This record gives sequence, structure tokens and C-alpha cells, in this order.
Amino acid sequence: MAVTGAILVLFLLGHMAGNLKSFFGAEAFNTYAEFLRTMGEPLVPRRVLLTLVEVVLTASVVLHMWSAVSLARRARKARPVKYAAKRKSQAGGYATHIMRWGGLTILLFVVWHLLDLTFGVVNPAGWDGTPYEKLVEGFAPSRWWVTAFYVLAVVMVGLHLRHGLWSAFQTLGLAGSRSYRPLKAVAAVVSAVLVLGFLVVPVAVMIGVIK
Amino acid sequence: MGMNLTLKVWRQKGPQDEGRMVTYRVEDVSPDMSFLEMLDVLNEGLILEGDDPIAFDHDCREGICGMCGMVINGVAHGEQVATTTCQLHMRHFADNAVITIEPWRAAPFPVVKDLVVDRSAFDRIIQAGGFVSVPAGSAPDAHSVPVKKDDADAAFDAATCIGCGACVAACPNGSASLFTAAKITHLGLLPQGQPERDSRARAMVEQMDAEGFGGCTNTGECTAVCPKGIPLDTIARMNHDFLKASR
Repeated sequence: MAVTGAILVLFLLGHMAGNLKSFFGAEAFNTYAEFLRTMGEPLVPRRVLLTLVEVVLTASVVLHMWSAVSLARRARKARPVKYAAKRKSQAGGYATHIMRWGGLTILLFVVWHLLDLTFGVVNPAGWDGTPYEKLVEGFAPSRWWVTAFYVLAVVMVGLHLRHGLWSAFQTLGLAGSRSYRPLKAVAAVVSAVLVLGFLVVPVAVMIGVIK
Repeated sequence: MGMNLTLKVWRQKGPQDEGRMVTYRVEDVSPDMSFLEMLDVLNEGLILEGDDPIAFDHDCREGICGMCGMVINGVAHGEQVATTTCQLHMRHFADNAVITIEPWRAAPFPVVKDLVVDRSAFDRIIQAGGFVSVPAGSAPDAHSVPVKKDDADAAFDAATCIGCGACVAACPNGSASLFTAAKITHLGLLPQGQPERDSRARAMVEQMDAEGFGGCTNTGECTAVCPKGIPLDTIARMNHDFLKASR
């Protein structure tokens, strides 16, 4: 859970930084997208490093889900008889209690996201559109519902990370100090930065700043 | 002028019985009674009527032995923070309140009768490694080995665990991580605990898993209900020691 989650968070940070390239115009964004395919050249052939990243990411997602499923199954086995009274959460933390549903929402979103902006199947610009065209046409004001779903999913990612980030340090035994306040604060800030960084691009497209 | 209460209590004749919730009325309860004394009053009435009294674990009734514990209105040991069931007083409940009382729910804690569960799984976790094999000596000898104040304090905090099992009862995953981590932290922070630090972490975690407890997802529910306030960083320490021992 912790290791695969950490890989995915690193990817998200890179992905967010890449997205922000769209503020520098079509050429900068498309050149960046092309760079992702050519990176490592001429040492390695075109798209080899990118494919490698894709394989690692896919494996991380699968293993992350496998960990979640086995934890949930163990939990169910450990408590075969449920409480009659609704178990009241004493620790609080909305983010903590929606991890599994949040994860499912994120999974559905990732599927849609790949169909939309990677494969262009559900994108007006289609498969042949440049990355920038897909971005601008995908988040066009007329497709406001796509942006709405995107916002919801990104907020879910943020909530998921708010618990997941510090939780990973705890699981790996790296959360040594007595107080969790600094660690949890860093988790909240990183989550917020990711949410804002991911949301600013589609919102900018919608209000016409990126066109 | 006492309080009148409606209790919904889990009744189960024995380990094989299916069990069910039964509703009782208790009248004229003093707000100064402890929760267990309130149950004593109910039981006296039940005995007079020829009924079977409600079985529940208890011993010192001072909050230090770890015997008592029940899930009260969905919260292990009730909503009062850092309090065992025996130290929970009826003044925290409203007159005419409806109170649901259930045993700890976990597969490794099978119900023996009514609200009594078998917590031998905890004993087996301790047997797996919750000890030091070096002669610790009598009190003056122990002073000959200096221990850093911070370590001594943290070890002592962890050592206050009374093994009641509320952490397991409260955990949405039915995990025994806080209990096991408290013991690993207590011994692992002290010089006498160093020789077996790795093998202890490994053996205790493996026993915990073998007993059928769930996995920790860091929800923090355990530490929130813990009558001794065992901190969550004990689990980080357990994970650290376990990972180091497993390399």
C-alpha cells in the first residue's frame, strides 16, 4: 500500500508539473508531450522510457488495489459479527473513512481520463489531435460536465492523499516523532498543492485563459 | 431521585449460542454509580426474578487491571475519553437514555458468555516475544544502566497498556496493532530489551497475524478509545522494527 502509493504520488507530482506547461502555449505543451516520448534518446529508442514508466505505474495501480482488497478481506474476516449500534468514529477524519470509496472513484476517473485525453476516444479532438487540442477541446465550456467530473475526482484524489501520504510514512515506520502534527500538515499541504495544480488547468480552459 | 434507563444488552448463553439483543429497564440509578455498578443493580434484579444475570468481565474497578470492557453505544468503553468502563460514571448519561451494550467484536476474541470475550489471543502474542530473557535485576541494579529520560518516558507510556482489547474492538479492521505495538515499544526502548528487539518484533507481529486480527490502515480509532491513551507512534515503531527484522 505504502510503496505503490508513494510511486503514484511521485507520478502525480510530475504529471501536475507537466500540465502547468499548458500555460506557456500550445507549442510548449506539445513539445513537452513529445519530449516524454523521446526522453532517453539516443541512448534508448523512442518511447522506451515512457513505456517503462507506464508499466511501473500500471503495476503500482494493480498492486495498490490488490493490497486494498486483501486488507478489506482480512478486516471482514476479523469481524464476522457486526456491532448492532452504529460504530461511532472517535478519531474523526473524513478522509480516512472514505479511502476505499475514494479509491474506486479515482479508478473510474482514471479509466475515463485515459479514454479522454490519452486515447481520445471520448474526446472531440480524437486520437489524432495534438495533446494541446485534446486539452482545449476536452475542457471546452460546452463540455462543462466533463470538467465537473474532473473536479470531483481531483478533490477525491486530494482527500485520498491527505490520509494516504502520512499513512505511508507510518506504515514504513518512518513516522518517528511523538507528534503527528508536522507530518499531517505536510500531507495536507502536498494534497492541497496537487488539487490546485490539477484544477487550475481545466478551469483556465473553461474560462478561456488557455485557448 | 435516580435515573431511569433502557438498556439493550447482548445476551449469549455460551460460545455456541447464536445470541441476541435483549432490552431491559433499570430504575433509580444513582448518577454517582459506575457503569458496572449500574449493571450490578440490574443483575440483582434479574437474580431476584430468577433470571440469569448478565455476565461481564471485571476485577479491580480502578481502571488499572484491564479486565472490564464493553462497547457502549458503539464506542469501546463508552464516549468518555481515556476511561475504562469501570471508571465511566452514570452522570455522563442522560435520564431516560437508551444505552446499547455489546461485547468486543473480533474473530480472535470469541464470546464466552454475554459480554465476556476470550482474550487469550493477546496472551499468545505476549508469549511470542513480549518479554526480556536477560536478568533485569532488582530495582537498584536497573539504575546502573542509564536510560535517556525521553526513552524512559516513552517506554513507560507504552507500558501503561492494560491489554483490555478496546483497540481491537474499535478498529474498523479488527487489528491488534496498538496492543502489540505498545508491548514492542515498551521493551524495545529500554536497554534490557535490545538483544531480542528484532526477533521480538517479528515473532509478535507474526503471532498477531496468525491469530486472525485485521491489518492496520492507520485510522487512529484505537488510540482514540484507548483508556491509557497509547499513542499511534508506537505502531510506526513496531513497523520500523518489523521491517528491519524482516530484511
